[in-house]
Amino acid sequence: MTSVEYKGRMVDISVPTRKSAHWGSRILKALCWLSGFITMGALVLIVLYILINGLPHLKPSLFEVKYNSKNVSMFHAIINTLSMTALALLFSVPVGVFGGIYLAEYAKPGSKLVKVIRVTAETLSGIPSIVYALFGMMAFVVTMKIGISLLSGALTLAIMILPLILRQTEESLLAVPMSYREGSYGLGAGKLRTTVRIVLPVAMPGILAAVLLSIGRISGETAALIYTSGTATRIAELFESGRTLSVHLYQLQQEGRYINEAFAVAVVLLVIVVLMNALSSLIAGKLTTKG
Amino acid sequence: MRGLFLASACVCILAVITISAFLFLNGLPFFRAYSVFDFVTGTEWAPLRGVFGILPMIVGSFYVTFGALLLGAPIGILTAILMSRFAPKWVVKAMKPAVALLAGIPSVVYGFFGVMLLVPFVRDTFGGTGKSVLVASVLLAIMILPTIVQTSLAALDAVPQPYYEGSLALGATHESSVFRSVVPAARPGIVSGVVLGIGRAIGETMAIIMVAGNNPRMPGDILKGVRTMTVNVLMEMGYAADLHRESLIATGVILFIIVMAINFIFSFINRRRVLQ
Repeated sequence: MTSVEYKGRMVDISVPTRKSAHWGSRILKALCWLSGFITMGALVLIVLYILINGLPHLKPSLFEVKYNSKNVSMFHAIINTLSMTALALLFSVPVGVFGGIYLAEYAKPGSKLVKVIRVTAETLSGIPSIVYALFGMMAFVVTMKIGISLLSGALTLAIMILPLILRQTEESLLAVPMSYREGSYGLGAGKLRTTVRIVLPVAMPGILAAVLLSIGRISGETAALIYTSGTATRIAELFESGRTLSVHLYQLQQEGRYINEAFAVAVVLLVIVVLMNALSSLIAGKLTTKG
Repeated sequence: MRGLFLASACVCILAVITISAFLFLNGLPFFRAYSVFDFVTGTEWAPLRGVFGILPMIVGSFYVTFGALLLGAPIGILTAILMSRFAPKWVVKAMKPAVALLAGIPSVVYGFFGVMLLVPFVRDTFGGTGKSVLVASVLLAIMILPTIVQTSLAALDAVPQPYYEGSLALGATHESSVFRSVVPAARPGIVSGVVLGIGRAIGETMAIIMVAGNNPRMPGDILKGVRTMTVNVLMEMGYAADLHRESLIATGVILFIIVMAINFIFSFINRRRVLQ
C-alpha cells in the first residue's frame, strides 16, 4: 500500500492491480473460462463421439455403387449430394453474384430499393427450413408439376442459400479499394468492364468462401429435402427422387436397423463440413492478409 | 447488363413474395373450415376426428426454445466475453474456427448425436423414455451457441477501446472495466445475437424430431416429451390429405408469422444500434 499525506490525512494512492481484483470479478472471470470450456467441450464431445463410433464402420462395402439392404451403401447418397450441390449452386451463384454486383456497384447507397432488398434477404435467411420444405413442395412439386425430384430439391435449396451468396458478394465487392476503380476509369474503361475485369477478380476469394459455406449448408440440409427431393435410394437424375447424405442419415436412424452405417454416414457428413469450413476460412484469411 | 444485375438483386424480393403467397394461399383456406381461434387455442390434436388444436405445439416450440436460451445464452455470452477480453491470443485463434465448425455441423448430425448419446443418458439417469424437453433444450442450446458467440463477439470487439481505457484510468480493475463498461456498451449487439438464436431454435426441425418424443399433448415437466410446430409439419406431411394437409400448411403459416415477428424485433434492435 502506497500512502501520501493529503490535507493532514494519510490517503491510499496505491494502484489496484489484477491481483487485488474483487472476489466478485474473479468469479465472473472464472465463469467466462467455464463457459469457454463448455463450448469447446460440446464440440469435442460431438466430434469425438461420432468419429469413435463411426470410423470403425467405414467399410468399403458402404461405397458400392448399387444400394441394397445388405451393403447399405451410401454411394448413391454421396452422388446425389454432389449433384444437388452443383444444381443448387448453378441456380443460386449467378443470381447471388449479379445481385451483389448491383447492390455494391450500381445501386445508390441508401435508396429505397436497396433497403427493401436488404430486408427481404434478411427475411429469407431467417425462414426456417421446414417452411422452405412446405414452399418447395407446394410450388415446385405440386404447382409446377416437377414432382418429387432432384430439381425440386435444388430449386428449394437455391433460394435458401441465395441471401448468403448475395450478402457475401456485396461485402467482398465493397471491400475492394476505390482506387482500383478510379485507376480503371482513368485508363478509359467503362463501368461494366471495370466491374467485371478489375473489381470482381479482387473480390473473388470472398465470393468463393461464401460458395464453400453454401456447399456445407446444402450437404447438411435435411428438412427441406424430405418432401421435395424425397428419399429414394438410387442415383437420381434431374427429374427423379433421390436422397442426399443427410436425408440418408435421418432415414437410417428412423429405420433403426442400420445404426452402425448411420454413424459412418455421420462421419462422412462431418468430414465434408469440416473440409468446407477449413477451405472457406483459409480463402477468407487470404483475403484479409491481402487487403 | 445493369438490367440483369438489377433483376438478380430483385429475386430476393420476388422470393419472399412468392413464398408468402404460396403459404397464405394454401394455408388460409383451412381457416374457412376451421376457426383460427380454435386452431391456435385448441389443446387437442386429433386429425382423424377432425380436431386440430396446435396450442400444445406452440407451447412446445416456446418451451424448448426457452430451455435452450436458459442454457445457451449465458454460456454463449460469457464465451464471447472470454474470447474478446480474457483469453490469450492463441486460445482465441483456436476457438474461432471451433465455433464456426459448431455452426456448420448439420442439424441432423446434432439430432443423431442427441438420440444416440443424450437420450439414453437421460433415460438411465432420470428415468422415463429419455426423449424429453430436457434433451431437446440441451441440443438446441449447443446449436444456438455459435450464433450467440459470433454475434456477441463482433459486438464486444467493436466497442471503442477508450471505453475500456477510460474505466481503467478511473482505477477500475480489468474485470470490472470489462463487465461494467465494455459489456454494457455491446449490449444491443449481444441482444440481437440472442434474438437470432431464438429464431434459429424455434425454426429447428431435424434435431428436435429425433430427440423430443413428438407426442402432441400439452407439454409437462422437462423429462416429458414434447412436439413442436416444426416437427408437427414434418411428421405428418408425408401422409396427410385434404383438411389435415391444409392444417399442416396452416401450422407452417403460424410458424412463419412467429419467425417474422422475431425477425422484426431483431431488425428493430439493429436499427436502434445504428442510431446510437
